[in-house]
Amino acid sequence: MVLPRQPTTILHPATMLDALQFDFMQNALMAGILVSIACGIIGTFVVVNRIVFISGGIAHAAYGGIGLGYFFQFNPIWGAIAFGLISALGMGWVEQQTKQRGDTLIGVMWAIGMAIGIILIDFTEGYKAGLESYLFGSILAVPRSDLWLMFGVDCVIIALIALLYKELLAISFDPVFATTRNLPVRSLYLVLVGLIALTVVMVMQIVGLIMVIALLTIPAAIASQWQKKITAMMGLASLLGISFTTTGLWLSYRFNLTSGATIILVSGIAYLLSLGLKAYGDRQSTQPEA
Amino acid sequence: METVISLERVWAGYPKTPVLEDINLQVQALDFIGLIGPNGGGKTTLLKVLLGLVQPQRGTVKILDRPVTQGRRYIGYVPQILELDRDFPIQVRDVVNMGRLGKRKLFHRYNRKDREIVQRSLVQVGMADKGDRPIGELSGGERQRVYIARALASEPKILLLDEPTANVDSHVQNSIYELLKELNQSMTIMMISHDLGAISSYVKTVGCLNRRLHYHHDRLITPTMIEETYQCPVDLIAHGIPHRVFPDHADGSSSPTHHHSSSCDHA
Repeated sequence: MVLPRQPTTILHPATMLDALQFDFMQNALMAGILVSIACGIIGTFVVVNRIVFISGGIAHAAYGGIGLGYFFQFNPIWGAIAFGLISALGMGWVEQQTKQRGDTLIGVMWAIGMAIGIILIDFTEGYKAGLESYLFGSILAVPRSDLWLMFGVDCVIIALIALLYKELLAISFDPVFATTRNLPVRSLYLVLVGLIALTVVMVMQIVGLIMVIALLTIPAAIASQWQKKITAMMGLASLLGISFTTTGLWLSYRFNLTSGATIILVSGIAYLLSLGLKAYGDRQSTQPEA
Repeated sequence: METVISLERVWAGYPKTPVLEDINLQVQALDFIGLIGPNGGGKTTLLKVLLGLVQPQRGTVKILDRPVTQGRRYIGYVPQILELDRDFPIQVRDVVNMGRLGKRKLFHRYNRKDREIVQRSLVQVGMADKGDRPIGELSGGERQRVYIARALASEPKILLLDEPTANVDSHVQNSIYELLKELNQSMTIMMISHDLGAISSYVKTVGCLNRRLHYHHDRLITPTMIEETYQCPVDLIAHGIPHRVFPDHADGSSSPTHHHSSSCDHA
């Protein structure tokens, strides 16, 4: 006997405020804010230094560390941080040595890291809980303890950027001139890619490693269209990130969609809108006055 | 006279294909030296050697009697302006601030003295009212002035310029040369250029570089220098020279253009 299908009634609170009574929702919102701050600051440096490719490489190579975590039964996030930092330093070094011609080698490191992760996970016995969350992100499953880790990473990033601001600005704008001033350009560059690695691993938990680059670069890229000062760009990019993650979170909750992909789609649409708006504005301003 | 830059038997490039061969150069304090030469003749490499960005294969380089990595602190380097720089979100004053980098330790902020010197440098190049403008909104000539201000902010003894007038129109070129002439009263200037005309009317001494350097502590460019440097398409480079810098020949020809072609014929 077949029972008539019951309409599934899932409680869908209409507003974010209603949803916020859930702990996981509060955590998700907080995670979105913490990650957006890091993305706004570091993403700005990624965009102005044109090192999006390296950042993508770091994100994928970090998967090797996740595999390591599963295989040796420790929290994969620590593996990801370690692998991310090592690959960041490796890629940063290659970039420095080859001056923009290191993309092949960086691509290889990107692939090897990822492959190591996949193989190690193959070797891992039993159920691999939560593996998908590293690939596609799971902002709704961020535990409170991870929030503290994110908060810590944010503090490290803000402190280092504040302390090394004039140097990092100088090596981004004109590394040759910075060298003639006897700045330790190479070491500073490695500090920068190290910070990118920390940010990337953090963002990975929200949108997954495949889409890390989007959340890292889209807010900063939009900000660069409207702001002509690095600090202002960082602030705007952080605010944009916060609004994208919050909007994406709400939409994914409301319509039961994958949260990471929804956040990225919101960001991507905002980017295209900004691009169109900017082009329109430029055309208006270049038109001869009547 | 004090020697501020000294190169002795400097070879640079790759062992099999040297870019610089046996360069000997002593630049005196308060000189204004212009280096000309064809593309690929080693101008950029020489500049990199002086800044310690390229290690010479052989020979010694001294800046104010110090090895380059020490001596370059006294060099205010003015790079060629690039279109790419326009995209960078930065304001004029922040660029000029970078001239102060070597004076402030890591982790320290720029202080009041830095701000004063930066302001003074902006005044010197005539950009005092544009300190808060984004670099992307400036013209080529203005950006070149900003880079000169950045170099000045480092309180240099030597100004080293890479094609300072490469991407600006002739009116702006002259104003930049006038500025350099003024600055030359208190500092040594070395300038790389392909613009023979301007070089000859503003500089005090000229060198011709094509792997080897021809330099005679003089602003006269001899036909031999030109021939050996450019292998003789002299008409082309001599076109539009505002001042006569080539020595008279016995035939007494007065037109500079004609003059050079004839000097080639002699060869």
